[in-house]
Amino acid sequence: MNGAAFVIIAIGTLAAALAAATLPNLMHAALSFAVAFVGIAAFFFLLGAEFVGLALVFIYVGAVAVLIVFTILLTHRDAGKDHGFNWGGAIVALAVFGGLTWAILKTQSLAMLAPHMATLTVKRIGTALMTTYVWPLQCVGLLLTAALIGALILVLEEKR
Amino acid sequence: MTPTLQVFLIVSAAMFSIGLLAALSRRHAIFILIGIEMMLAAANLNFIAFWRFGPQHQPPIGVMIALFSIAIAAAEAAVGLAMVIAVYRHYHTTNVDQLDQLRG
Amino acid sequence: MSVLERKILARMQNRYGPNRVGPFGLFQPIADGIKMLIKEDIVPARADKIVHFLAPVLIAATAILALGIIPYGRNMTPFTIDGGVLFFFAVGSTTELAVFMAGWGSNNKFSMLGAMRAIAQMISYELPLIITVLPVVMVVSSLTPDRIVAAQAGYTFGLVPRWFVFTPWGAAAFVLFFVSGLVESNRTPFDVPEGESEIVAGHMTEYSGFKYATFFLAEYIGMFAISGLSVTLFLGGWHAPGRAVDFLPSYVWFFTKLSALLFVYIWVRGTLPRTRIDQIMNFAWKFMLPMAFACMIAAAVWHYAGRGLRGWLWSLLVITTVYTMLSVVLDTGRKFAPRVYRFAE
Repeated sequence: MNGAAFVIIAIGTLAAALAAATLPNLMHAALSFAVAFVGIAAFFFLLGAEFVGLALVFIYVGAVAVLIVFTILLTHRDAGKDHGFNWGGAIVALAVFGGLTWAILKTQSLAMLAPHMATLTVKRIGTALMTTYVWPLQCVGLLLTAALIGALILVLEEKR
Repeated sequence: MTPTLQVFLIVSAAMFSIGLLAALSRRHAIFILIGIEMMLAAANLNFIAFWRFGPQHQPPIGVMIALFSIAIAAAEAAVGLAMVIAVYRHYHTTNVDQLDQLRG
Repeated sequence: MSVLERKILARMQNRYGPNRVGPFGLFQPIADGIKMLIKEDIVPARADKIVHFLAPVLIAATAILALGIIPYGRNMTPFTIDGGVLFFFAVGSTTELAVFMAGWGSNNKFSMLGAMRAIAQMISYELPLIITVLPVVMVVSSLTPDRIVAAQAGYTFGLVPRWFVFTPWGAAAFVLFFVSGLVESNRTPFDVPEGESEIVAGHMTEYSGFKYATFFLAEYIGMFAISGLSVTLFLGGWHAPGRAVDFLPSYVWFFTKLSALLFVYIWVRGTLPRTRIDQIMNFAWKFMLPMAFACMIAAAVWHYAGRGLRGWLWSLLVITTVYTMLSVVLDTGRKFAPRVYRFAE
């Protein structure tokens, strides 16, 4: 695992995430959200889970980001800006980050290096999905169908 | 410098708190959804990091959980955005401070 | 590539193509390039500068990235990723966001409408694109393009190559994949997003000079990438079509097949008129999606009936049954008046 690559990807991802959380212009924030997710997919590639990284790019950048920009388009009035920023939220977020970092750095058992691992092929994921995890797979399919139908019904125009 | 597990966890904690920042301090409904999605992504990163650095079981449990979590997050984003559109049609605003009545 | 397209289109329309610049017009792309580069770069005053600039860059970048996993010859793949085919589709779906950025960054209602139509078209046809690839992945049980090409080696009866296009499910899936590829690259007959008579230039209206050229460069590279993937998945990759001509190097065969597919792209452009946007959507959801599922079932039937003649006939039965049922169900019953030809006196 390459240290320099990790640092660059980490800085990029966190910068994009910060931009998505704080920019007043709606569209720029939505687009930096997409960039942040590409960064997280890069992390997954670094960690050896390539299939999950590709699925993340496909689902988030290809579908969820497009949904978000379409919704921004459909629900904006004149100014596409977000007014007001609640500073109490920043304090809570900083406190949470401080607490988590203190807990992570205090636990000595987590300071380990990566063990050697066989490459995770898609075949192994597929086998696991069809044998051990077949019931969660069916449930997620049902959930996605229900979400699809529910979302469609929510945005249908009411009959006058 | 090869990154240890702690570095990955700190990055994931940072992403989580940035998501929390977006969810708590923005007034536009879509941004709250973006914050929630970022928190879910941080949790996924945590799962995959622990899978990579931990003992390797035969079905790759961390990867499976992350995969299902991505699918569920996508479904939840879709329904959430549909709700934002429906609420906008009714109240003509997406500012969550103004959505404070129980009557339609 | 562009001069080839213009000359072939021209010959189909009974005229010469560009033939002034260089012998047989071969230096035309250089002239076009110089013209595009020296044009003034106009950015609308109230456009979003960053988004307006990044959109063509992103479209071209994703198109070039998609070229990386295609095996161009024996041991000639730029990147070998275990989920190669999924990488191609993940990168392709990023194109939609870039098209939206182009449409929105121009601050122009026509651009926005054109971008929305383009995205609707691209998202609808992503589903048939991916589901038609699923039978191939199922039969080979791998997502790596190298393994998919290797599974198409050999010849049945020593004569017919074992490419997937020679099986009924493979032929149907190839046709569906090709049509979806036509739509994904916004080519005629599906070029509503960039049609001049429809919506000026759609999401590319406010771009001038080199950025406009970048959009078309990205379109050509996308065509190249989709044709390359079709060759890999269905036409046997870099394998030769006969044992007798096996001595030619593998990349020659790949590029021959690729050129044949590109010629079919240009041929279709010169022949068919543009379809309406609602016809495009109906076609995707009502016809292509059920046919794609039928291909998947036919591939499973082919595999489980033994991969020989019996499997071939059973899967042919499945596909023709579904096709006839769909044609009966989707028939609109519209009668057309007989064609009347009028000639100038």
